[in-house]
Amino acid sequence: MRRPLAALAAITLLSLAGCATDEPAANPSGGAPASGSGTGEQSKFFVQAEYDAELALLDAAPTGPADKPWEQVLNPTMVDTTKFKKAGPYKICFSNAALNNPWRQVGFKTMQAEVEAQLSRIKEFVHVDAEGKDQKQIADINDLLGKDCDALIVSPNTTATLTPAVEAACQAGLPVVVFDRGVNTRCPVTFINPIGGYGFGHVGAEFVSQRMQPGGKVLALRILPGVDVLETRWSAAKVAFDKAQVDVVGVEFTDGDPAKTKKIVDDYLQRHGTIDGVWMDAGAVAVAAVEAFQDAGKPVPPMNGEDQLDFLKIWKDNDLTAIAPTYPTYQWRTPIIAALRILDGQQVSNPWKLPQPTITRENLDSYLDPSMPPLHYAMCGCADLPGYPQRWR
Amino acid sequence: MNARSLLPARRPVPGVFVALALTLAIGGTVVMIDGGQLFNQPTTVSLLHVAAGLGLVAVGQTLVILGGSLDLSVAYVISLSTLVAAETMNGSDGALLPAIGLALTVSAGVGLLNGLLVTKLRINAFIATLGVGLLLKGYLDSGYDGPSGTTAPALVQSLGYQRVGPIPLSFLLLVAVTGAAWFALSRTRFGHHLVAVGGDPEVARLSGVRNDRVLVTAHVLCALCAGLAGIYLASRLGSGAPRVGTEGLYDLESIAAVVIGGTALAGGRGGVIGTVGGVLLLASIDAIFNQLEVDAFFKQVIRGAIIIAAVAIYARRAMRKAAS
Amino acid sequence: MQTVQRRPLSPRLWRVRPGGVLPILAILAVLLVLVAVRQPSFLAPPSLMSFLGRSAPIILLAAGQYFVIVSGEFDLSVGSLVTAQVVVAARLIDNDPSRTWPVVLVLLVGGALVGLVNGLITTRLRVPSFITTLGMYLILVGAVYLWSNGAPKGGLPEQFRQFGRRAFEDVPLLGRLPYALVVLLLLAAGAVLLMRSDFGRTLVAAGDNPRTAELSGVRVWRVRTIAFVLSGVAAAVAAILLGGYSGVSFQAGAGLEFGAITAVVLGGVALGGGRGSVVGAMLGALTLELLFALMNFYGVPGALRSTVQGAIILLAVAVSATRSSSR
Repeated sequence: MRRPLAALAAITLLSLAGCATDEPAANPSGGAPASGSGTGEQSKFFVQAEYDAELALLDAAPTGPADKPWEQVLNPTMVDTTKFKKAGPYKICFSNAALNNPWRQVGFKTMQAEVEAQLSRIKEFVHVDAEGKDQKQIADINDLLGKDCDALIVSPNTTATLTPAVEAACQAGLPVVVFDRGVNTRCPVTFINPIGGYGFGHVGAEFVSQRMQPGGKVLALRILPGVDVLETRWSAAKVAFDKAQVDVVGVEFTDGDPAKTKKIVDDYLQRHGTIDGVWMDAGAVAVAAVEAFQDAGKPVPPMNGEDQLDFLKIWKDNDLTAIAPTYPTYQWRTPIIAALRILDGQQVSNPWKLPQPTITRENLDSYLDPSMPPLHYAMCGCADLPGYPQRWR
Repeated sequence: MNARSLLPARRPVPGVFVALALTLAIGGTVVMIDGGQLFNQPTTVSLLHVAAGLGLVAVGQTLVILGGSLDLSVAYVISLSTLVAAETMNGSDGALLPAIGLALTVSAGVGLLNGLLVTKLRINAFIATLGVGLLLKGYLDSGYDGPSGTTAPALVQSLGYQRVGPIPLSFLLLVAVTGAAWFALSRTRFGHHLVAVGGDPEVARLSGVRNDRVLVTAHVLCALCAGLAGIYLASRLGSGAPRVGTEGLYDLESIAAVVIGGTALAGGRGGVIGTVGGVLLLASIDAIFNQLEVDAFFKQVIRGAIIIAAVAIYARRAMRKAAS
Repeated sequence: MQTVQRRPLSPRLWRVRPGGVLPILAILAVLLVLVAVRQPSFLAPPSLMSFLGRSAPIILLAAGQYFVIVSGEFDLSVGSLVTAQVVVAARLIDNDPSRTWPVVLVLLVGGALVGLVNGLITTRLRVPSFITTLGMYLILVGAVYLWSNGAPKGGLPEQFRQFGRRAFEDVPLLGRLPYALVVLLLLAAGAVLLMRSDFGRTLVAAGDNPRTAELSGVRVWRVRTIAFVLSGVAAAVAAILLGGYSGVSFQAGAGLEFGAITAVVLGGVALGGGRGSVVGAMLGALTLELLFALMNFYGVPGALRSTVQGAIILLAVAVSATRSSSR
């Protein structure tokens, strides 16, 4: 009885030690587990220059039509596209990382509506869903190259791992447009995305920490470890919390599961008595977090969510102290517009940085449309598109 | 799960190849009517690449399932292997062989752990490999916040993207591994013993088979296959990726491919050739639905139905055979 | 298995009935002590009651899974069934309080039907339950995404959510008594009675040795099918409570099948059937939930939690496995 147990322990240790052999060189953040308490240690995703650039963009004035943020650009740097000019109508192909969450669903519906709005110039729109698998997306892109597409749009599943496939697509000679996540190559004609994760994380964390005393307790609720977009959001938030000298009492992963979120918040309330601020790297479980405070009979502290309607509604109904940085779904319109401009030979900006508005108490009412479903994203910029609102319901 | 395992071990060419041929014929026609092409070069290459990744895992999974066990930790082993390989290589061709060796050693270590938990501590394979998977998940989650390491260019250019006509090198690797596994199962003592253990462990023991040793070997081989799949994925992705195994659902998909290929989940019956058929069938369905731009969720429903239907058909055949 | 028979350890110490609840009670006690050291206020009645209430869904799922496992099968479809039910409920009710009870009925019937299909495919078509329920899992997840067009619609009114979210307040001694806990206690009592009935005995017999059971007149396929139906109904009740506790989400049931199976095994129930008690299974689920709360209290880094969970499961199961082989 004792022997097998000892053996188990030994094996477990050995196997973990075995796994760890390559750790020191390769894994700078390994020693600092994601929890910690705002010690200033940063994940390898944190790049100071990019952080500074994104924060500067938050105050930049965009060029382009004011009522169409998806056509606006921050600090444009135009590139020539005459070599891609050809006569339409075009066949546009899209390799999509996944459709497995409401953000991507809303975004893709917006993109489809944009295609419909441009029907006179697009003869065919091919969409392939990689279902969140890098390996499948690489195969998908290769597959699309054999289909005589006039332009290829890619929303990469993972930045680093999709780079070779995107490079191969560039070499095939057709214009490539990348959006949402980037790739580690300059070969696409343009890379479209909003300001980005640092901006998102910073806006939320600054708001929350400014409404707390130094030393106040803030709980960070994250979705998953190891997702680049979410890691950058958290690393920016960490900087803000360190600067404000608030105490990050916990960094917990919710898996986007509202039940798990409520349990975590419940236990943290139990453990710390009060929580003075909640920060989250995505809005999926914001409502669950609010409910956890309500069910425990505690006031809801300053917090951030995202532009999902269920959060905006509970915010308004309960008059919360809240803010909603966004990662706008209207960015799904831009790749179609960009592809058509490129095929027209017009100049486009590369990178194409879109504005990233924040929903505050002041403009909350203009985004809260109670007739849309609870998980709809208010920042879809889709009200002027064909099929609105039915398509998004 | 037990009475069925006493059926004859030999079986004709698995019906999965009939299903595969039918799927390709019907799918190809439908795609053609839709205005596309199923058998052009890029599509075929893509299909075979997807099949190679899943196939390597599934061949390993076949071995443990034949022995009456199961491995739910393969998805994490794959991720771990991509990271060990890519970080050790760190972009240099010189480190290629040591990196591959290290990745395979680490994988084999996990397999050894699985095997010992299942045999020596008598933990049910489902729980044992689920538990080991959780251990690895914690290590990956806390140690990595995204892709890491750089695969040696030589490996990317060869295993990752090289092909012979429409056939990628990786698929040839799958063919070679399958051949080796087939040989081991049908021509070596280990193979006969494995099938015997899976069929009836008590009978196997009484006839002198060292059950534990056979099962541990199968688990190590299974993890080695998963490690190999990880090396292939690292060559494809250009770096190590801590979530590639779980995102690819390689644990459940590999088990699905094995049973579609005609191997009995209870052990003792089936083989790797059928498994490759199962992998090709799943990859073909993927490719066809891709061409037709079928909704991924609809595809999942179809997959679920196919898995159940395929096994129901095998079960029916087995019952008939038992009756005659 | 006989090789470990003669160990120099005191044999009496280990002569616990295999599959008994003693080991899981011991683990539970250790965890409770750890909680008491770190967070004494957790053991105060009101917060303990809330904890039991929020744990009710997974405990019910474990009970449902127990019926299936003790009869010698698996049910991997329960997590997806919970998700499907929560999403379906939100869309059917669409914030209309008057539809609450009809929808509850629909969910219960739906859960039973899914269980029936699982059971019949497994027993009549002879598809191993691992495959049947894996296929069902894929079908349910795919179908519910397809049906809701990728994003949940509608909403759950307070009348529906109260079952999982509200409590009898100001109860003497306890402070508060969550509705979910009442539901749990009633169903748990029912499950215990069921296992003591003839049906319970035939269920265990079918799992222990289906051939012997068949020869002694048990219609194995029928009791196994009923076990699947019970698991489906348990999933439906869990879905009602979970939807109430935390609202609509595609993540509502994610991973619950593995959670339930782990809980059942922790509770001393043997995979493969024939051994273990439903009380053990439910205690296993409670232990798992307490472990998660404990990790919150001790602030175990989020990313390391699966390692802790995996290690504890392996240790606990290894202990009971070595114990039962030395019986």
